[in-house]
Amino acid sequence: MDDTENNPRDSTALEQAIREHGPAMLAVARRLLRNEEDARECVQDAYLRAFTKSDQFDGRSTFRTWLHRIVVNSALGLLRKRKRSAVQTLDGLLPEFDANGCRIEPMWQIDEPLEKVLENRLVRDTVHQSIDKLPDIYRIVLLLRDIEGYSTEEVAQLLDTNVAVVKTRLHRARAALKRLLEPLWTGGEI
Amino acid sequence: MNPDRGVLRKLKGLLGKMPMMLTCQEFEDFVLDYFEGTLTAKENAIFKMHLLVCTDCKRYLAAYKRSVELGQNLFKEPNSPVPDDMPEDLVQAILAAKESEPELGP
Repeated sequence: MDDTENNPRDSTALEQAIREHGPAMLAVARRLLRNEEDARECVQDAYLRAFTKSDQFDGRSTFRTWLHRIVVNSALGLLRKRKRSAVQTLDGLLPEFDANGCRIEPMWQIDEPLEKVLENRLVRDTVHQSIDKLPDIYRIVLLLRDIEGYSTEEVAQLLDTNVAVVKTRLHRARAALKRLLEPLWTGGEI
Repeated sequence: MNPDRGVLRKLKGLLGKMPMMLTCQEFEDFVLDYFEGTLTAKENAIFKMHLLVCTDCKRYLAAYKRSVELGQNLFKEPNSPVPDDMPEDLVQAILAAKESEPELGP
């Protein structure tokens, strides 16, 4: 597709851009915001920003990539406005070590190929719910880096922080997600 | 804890304090960079040496990797296809909002 055709300078192009990219953008907003009303507000805000700033679209990236970033920025703006959840710690979810510095790790059964595991609805729902359980400061880094596909540097830029902070949060978020998923592999209660 | 296992863990803890060796707790600090491919050659060698002697960390690393992969692939087709339509009222709301925006200059 010629991306210049998608540049929403007029209503027809805007409508085409909404219909073509809207579902994916709404999915991104839903993941980040976990709230349908906020996600819709975010997407609307992002398209209007894209429309009013269409002269800033320089064609160096695809229109979809440019729009994706606007949606992410809009979602992050909404998250900042929201009253932040009091729970921002990962207590009980990080790796544990004994007095000798040795890891305390349960036995995992990871035999099935990833594709096969992902066919299981229970697994998918559990992964989804586990990501949603993470405190925002970790959840957002995990989503941006591992799911939306931004680089560590890009995430740092989007969150207006530095790479070291992003790396620390990403590692903790992944470790906490692993802990939350343990019941799936150790036969415990989900 | 099984007494034998307790002794074993103490030995492992001591082993981790030897030159070019890591305790599991120290190993943890290298995990992200290992997956990012940003460990130096020396760090990578030390990291892998620990994996040779520590089944707990080996198991941890496999579980960590699997968790990351699950997250990364959760929203990818065909497991979670993006719906191919957009709520019509949202499309119309965006178009209406755009119409009410003041026109910008070129």
